[in-house]
Amino acid sequence: MRAPASILPLRVENLAFEAEGKSLLGPLSFELPRGGITAIIGPNGAGKSLLLRLCHGLIVPASGRVNWAVEEGMLAGRKRHAMVFQRPVMLRRSARANLQHAASVARAGRRVEDALERFGLASLAERPARLLSGGEQQRLALARAWLLEPEVLFLDEPTSQLDPGATRQIEASLERLAAEGVTLLMTTHDLGQARRLARRVLFLHRGALVEDAEASAFFAAPRSEKARSFLAGDLLW
Amino acid sequence: MDVTAAFSEALGLIFGADPKFVAIVGLSLRVTLTAVLLAAMIGLPLGAWLAVSRFPGRNLVIVFINGMMGLPPVVAGLMVFLLLSRSGPLGNWGLLFTPTAMVIAQTLLVLPIVIALTRGTTEELWREYREHLASLGVSGLRAVPTLLWDGRFALATGLLAGFGRASAEVGAVLIVGGNIANYTRTMTTTIALETSKGDLPLALGLGIVLMGLTFLINGLAFGASRIGQRFAG
Repeated sequence: MRAPASILPLRVENLAFEAEGKSLLGPLSFELPRGGITAIIGPNGAGKSLLLRLCHGLIVPASGRVNWAVEEGMLAGRKRHAMVFQRPVMLRRSARANLQHAASVARAGRRVEDALERFGLASLAERPARLLSGGEQQRLALARAWLLEPEVLFLDEPTSQLDPGATRQIEASLERLAAEGVTLLMTTHDLGQARRLARRVLFLHRGALVEDAEASAFFAAPRSEKARSFLAGDLLW
Repeated sequence: MDVTAAFSEALGLIFGADPKFVAIVGLSLRVTLTAVLLAAMIGLPLGAWLAVSRFPGRNLVIVFINGMMGLPPVVAGLMVFLLLSRSGPLGNWGLLFTPTAMVIAQTLLVLPIVIALTRGTTEELWREYREHLASLGVSGLRAVPTLLWDGRFALATGLLAGFGRASAEVGAVLIVGGNIANYTRTMTTTIALETSKGDLPLALGLGIVLMGLTFLINGLAFGASRIGQRFAG
């Protein structure tokens, strides 16, 4: 019997999370097939970041399951899903050493030098990572994730703290990753970004998955009243 | 003897590299550096482990270790004395009134400082790094080397603080070392003894060296922090 070639599709089944007895997410279900960029949108407190963390295995659900096609999304002993956080965590080392650390602890499938080159960081390689600009740090975080050769990349508002120039660079990197076959699941508050990048949209409100639709259909004619209000700029809470 | 003459003679002892003087300084440094090294070997991993672990009674352990930072040296000396004295549990090792006993006593003094500072430093890093490291599949004890390395400049300052405490203390080494000439007599115990005898030049000379060490330690701590900012951000 041949080993599976992909960790996808990801099947999220009746996933729920609660803290101190209060339900914060779900139960919700959806499937993430291979390829493309899926944007998770919704107002603050909708559970977008929670959903990413649950899928990536950083927190344990109260109930429900995150089912990868292979156990824990691992192939050949390596985790094949990675995450980029809203505020990139930079170790107190140089940019190169940050990549080397990830490469050594997570058994990277790619070379550090290639990551520096690809994300335009070669000239910054010896600079302390924490002294890089916000955009450079986010590119370094992307390079670090890319090193791990992920099939799925989770991104938690990767451009929320960046200026338009840095945002454009990150979006270009994400589109290139998607074109190369990496499946991206990202949260964003920027509806323009969701329109530019996403093939599919998951709309969350108060922990519930209100809509799961093709991006073009969602933005043209949202089915739910909540989504219509959200897109119209109403202040949902 | 007036102070000026004593001072002049003290400088002569320092710059003339008087053998007795050098032996006392050498023993003091050997004992203190060994104690700091031992405390680092035990305290760094223990402090980092405490930072990443959660278990019942952890807060109590932290309060105890913080309290031990203020352990009076004479009490540390008394504890080691009771442990190593002939009727004590380790009496048959024959270590009392040896440099080894002094190392044990000073390790006991420095260890809580190293553990507490390591815990504080690495716990702050752990809060910041936890999700990122978990994302890479690194959790709990496997994170300790990363945390220790990234806290290296702050930890170096902590070790220097420990060295400062150990090199300046007199009570513990006096009790467990016995202040035996040419064997367990350190800078601090010699200063105490010679001052009481009225032999000021030797006491002053050793005092100048101790002060020099204090300034050196502070300079190194300052340098470690500046280097940390420059190279680690």
